[in-house]
Order: sequence, then structure tokens, then C-alpha cells
Amino acid sequence: MTTPTAFSEERAGRAVWWLLGGFAVVIVAVVGLMLGPAGPAWWRVPIALLDRLPFITIDSGVSDAQWNIVWQIRAPRVLLAALVGAMLSLAGASYQGVFRNPLVDPYLLGVAAGAGLGATLAFSVARDTTSTWPVDPVPLAAFVGGVVAVALTYTVGTAFGRSRSATTLVLAGVAVTSLATAIQTFVLQRNNDVVRQVYSWILGRLTSATWGDVRLVLPYILTSSIILLMYRRVIDVLRVGDDEARALGVNVNQVRVVVVLAATLGTSAAVAVSGLIGFVGIIVPHAVRLLMGSSNRIVLPLSMFAGAVFLIGADIPGRLLTSPSETPIGVVTAFFGAPFFLFLLRTREVRQ
Amino acid sequence: MTSLALRGVRVEYGGCAVVSNVDESLAAGEWLCLIGPNGAGKSSLLRAIAGLVTCSGDVLFDGGALDSFSARELARKVAFVPQNPLLPDDMSVSEYVMLGRNPFISTFGRESARDRRVVTSLVQELSLSVYARRPLGTLSGGERQRVVIARALAQEAPVLLLDEPTSALDLGHQQHALELVDQLRRRRNLVVVSAMHDLTLAGLYSDRLLLMHQGVAVARGSAREVLRSETLNEFYGVSARVIHADDGTVVVVPQRSPNEVQ
Repeated sequence: MTTPTAFSEERAGRAVWWLLGGFAVVIVAVVGLMLGPAGPAWWRVPIALLDRLPFITIDSGVSDAQWNIVWQIRAPRVLLAALVGAMLSLAGASYQGVFRNPLVDPYLLGVAAGAGLGATLAFSVARDTTSTWPVDPVPLAAFVGGVVAVALTYTVGTAFGRSRSATTLVLAGVAVTSLATAIQTFVLQRNNDVVRQVYSWILGRLTSATWGDVRLVLPYILTSSIILLMYRRVIDVLRVGDDEARALGVNVNQVRVVVVLAATLGTSAAVAVSGLIGFVGIIVPHAVRLLMGSSNRIVLPLSMFAGAVFLIGADIPGRLLTSPSETPIGVVTAFFGAPFFLFLLRTREVRQ
Repeated sequence: MTSLALRGVRVEYGGCAVVSNVDESLAAGEWLCLIGPNGAGKSSLLRAIAGLVTCSGDVLFDGGALDSFSARELARKVAFVPQNPLLPDDMSVSEYVMLGRNPFISTFGRESARDRRVVTSLVQELSLSVYARRPLGTLSGGERQRVVIARALAQEAPVLLLDEPTSALDLGHQQHALELVDQLRRRRNLVVVSAMHDLTLAGLYSDRLLLMHQGVAVARGSAREVLRSETLNEFYGVSARVIHADDGTVVVVPQRSPNEVQ
């Protein structure tokens, strides 16, 4: 029966998921702080964390040097994994929502290739001098590259035909991606010595995460996430199609532009500090949809939490398995992501 | 009191007119049925009134021009039920009907108690209470049609546009759906404009018919005036017998041999 109670139950249900999501992120983050080579015994870390809370004093037996490992090395890494995972998943869910296409992801419109090209150029041009620069040019170049590539995609994709055609935009993204990749390959051929650096950047890295990286991306990711979450109800209206959404009073083109730009901005920032971590933007929102249904009002926030949990989690085996030299996180996510993606495709086919 | 007025409405696709110079005035509570062969411009005219395609000429809602409204304002003036609405499989009936409240909810807002009351009472009024939490993918054709009409009514717009509301339904459900629309327009004093293929049903339910051919309104009036076998022969290219039943119903019966038109 539909009664006003049914709606308030729905809302209470959504509130519970926000709480559970936040709780899960905190738990996994604490686990992330506990594990890793060197540092204090794992069980001492939560005690030391409690000790740092106001009004609580417990003797954790963690020395200052050990605490530094936890706080200066592990903490920024965990936080950056959470931010990047949350951003890529939320951006993926938003892209999939506004394009009504389950296979698009934040890298679709050329962010990845553009950022890759930017990073390659930074490595090639400034390879000897970067260490003395006041700012690391690689994230900056990657960020600019990503934004420029998407701007190009958007200009080309909307110049021809009707601007409402999402397919044109996606095809333009494919073209821009190929172009950027071609230029990147050309530059790499001319600069063989940076291939290794570029390659390890492309595979994704959280290894060298610092509080500086966190501070660098936080404003972009925060802004982008707030905008995307604010649009979640409207993105849900788009599920009935462009025409009907317009007949329901939604300015479809405007919503699509704002959401794509916000998602791209956040993704570019995430890619700039973490490299190209694949599959997160597709598998996390899909897993959430499989469990929770397709309502964007729930998929968007839960993808954000699940993405944070997934990436903090995916970073852990990378650190432990092959210590001291680490497995790049992009390898871990793709290793789990690719089979999962095939599984999803298969179950979708069976259902149809 | 004119609720919806069309003045010289013209729709072009790529320089080619698909609707030209349609004039019409409708008072609150009136039902106009657009008839005509495929490609006559019925859907385009409906979409123009809904603001989904640009048109020249004037579309006036209570005297206010369509162009002067924002998308949200327009959605409170006119509700549109397309021929093949896209129903997300796993969206629940009440969630879907709630989409009709979008024009009343600010972009970043949440639905109010009033929005929930409107949806709840609509779901009851259209006998959908049993399905309220069912996903749309599990509904039958007739149920889907009712749900879509409920969503359109949630917009509380004085004008309701229906594009082929009965094309996917069997005889019984066609009649149920049209009876429902008829009750609702009387109860709420709605202007209804529908495009329909079944001429007998069109004549039976609407107050007036507008016959379109190649974008032009070629005949208008009551079923008796518009549904004549010469007219049908001329514009549909068919031979059909038109029978006037004792109760005033005009029945269109297709015939096989073109030489035997009476």
C-alpha cells in the first residue's frame, strides 16, 4: 500500500544507507592505517588513533617514529585512495546516469588519454629538473591535459549535429582519445628514457601519496562531489528519457553539461595525483546497482562510499603482497575489475 | 473560456513543414481528438504543444504564450504522455508517479509532504494502490498505461496530451483507459488533446475531431461531420463504410473491395 508512511520509510532507508556507507569507509580506513611494512604492531594503531582524539588519553605504546609512519606515510595514502575511489565511482555513476548508458565511465570523454599525454609531456620535457621545481609538474600537466581533452571532445561532439545526441559526444571522445594516445606514443618514441616513469604513472600509483597531494585534490573533488550529489534527484528523472524529462520540466542539456563538467573536473584531479586507475568508475556503480536497484538517488551516494572502500581495500594487497616493491594499484583494480566486468556483461545478457 | 489556443502553428523539420497553420481553441473540459493517416503530423503537433519541438505561430495556455514559460512552468501547464513511454524496469510505481511532481520540486530540493499526498491520492484514484511498490517491469500493458497517466496527472496541469494512448492495448483495456481519461477530464476539467488511430473510438470519446493530412487540418467537427466515407477515402485512401448507430455512435467499418463503396 502506498501511504505517506511508505515514503517516509523509503527516506529512512536512504538515511540508514548513508550512515552505513560512512561507517564502512571509516572501518576500512582504520584497517588501511593498521597494515603495511614497517610501523607499529597492527593492533596498536587503533589505540594510538583513539589516543589522538580529544579528551581521550590511552598509552598505546607507539613511538613517535612509528606514529610518523602511520600518520605521514599511511594516512595520506589511505585518504587519497578514499578520495580517488569515491570520485571515480561517483563520476562513473553520474556519467552512466546522464547518458543512460551503463558502459560509460569517467575516462570516456578523453580524460584518461589527455591526462596521460599531459603527464608524458611533463616527464619528457622536465625530466631532469622536476625535483627542483616548487610544484610537481606531473599532476598539474595531467590535470590540464585531461581538462583540455574533454573540452575538445565537447566542442567537437556538439559542433556537429544536434547537441542532444549523446552518441556523437561519445564518438568524439573515442576520436580525441585516439588522437591523444597517438601523440603520446610519438612523444614516448622520441624520449625512450622516460618510458618506465610514464608506464608506472599510467598503471596508477598511490605509493608516493603525501598530505600535499591530498590538499591539492581535495578542493576539486569536494566541489565536484557536492555538485554531483545535489543533482542526483534530477539525474534520476532523466531515466525516463530526454523528451519526457523535458516534458517534466528538466532542462536536460543544461543538466548534462553541468554534470559532465563537474564529473570531469573531479576525475581530472583524481587522475592527476593517482594515475590511471581503471575499472573503478564502471564496476563500483554496477555492483551498487546489482545490490540496490538503479535509482540514482541511492546509487550516486552509495557508489561514492563503495568506491572509497574499494580503493582503500585494493591498495592493501598491493602493499603487502610484493613488499617492499609494490604492485601498482591499477593492476590490482584491473585484475579484479576485468573478470567482474565480464561476469556483469554475461548476467545482463542472460536477463535480456 | 479558452484554455488552450493554437494560432497558425507550424512545425518544420529541416525546412520541410510537417504541420502547417493549425488553428484551434479549446475550453476547459474539452476533448479534441487528432486523427489522420501515419505521417499526417499528429504527433508533431502534440510535441509542439508540449514544447518538445520548436514551432512558429502561437501556442497559448490561458492566454500565456508557450515561449514565455520556463521548462518547469510549462510542465505545470501541460502534461504529455508519449506513444511509447520509457519505463525504467526497476523503478517502483510510486517513484514513477512522483516524477510527475518534478515541476514543483526545486532542482536541488526534495519532495514535500504535499507532493507525497498528491502521489498517494492519485495512486488510489487510479486503483494502483496494490501495485504501488511493484517495479514497472512487472506490469502488464494496461497497468503501464494507467501508471503513465497517473504520472501525467501528478503534474496537475490543466492540459493533458496523449499520443496514441491505446495503441498497445486490447479492446477491453483500450476502453478502460479511455473511460478513465474521460472521467478524469470531467472531474478535473482538463483539456485533453489525443492522437488516435481507431476512428470509432476517437469519435466515441472526444467532443471534436480534427482530421490532419500532410500537416494540414483538412476537416474538423463532430464525429458525424468528419467521419464520412468520402473523406476517409480521400485522405486515408481506403474504402470504408460509415454506419450511424441508433445511439448516435459513428462506426467506421473497413471494406475489402474499393469498387463497392456506398
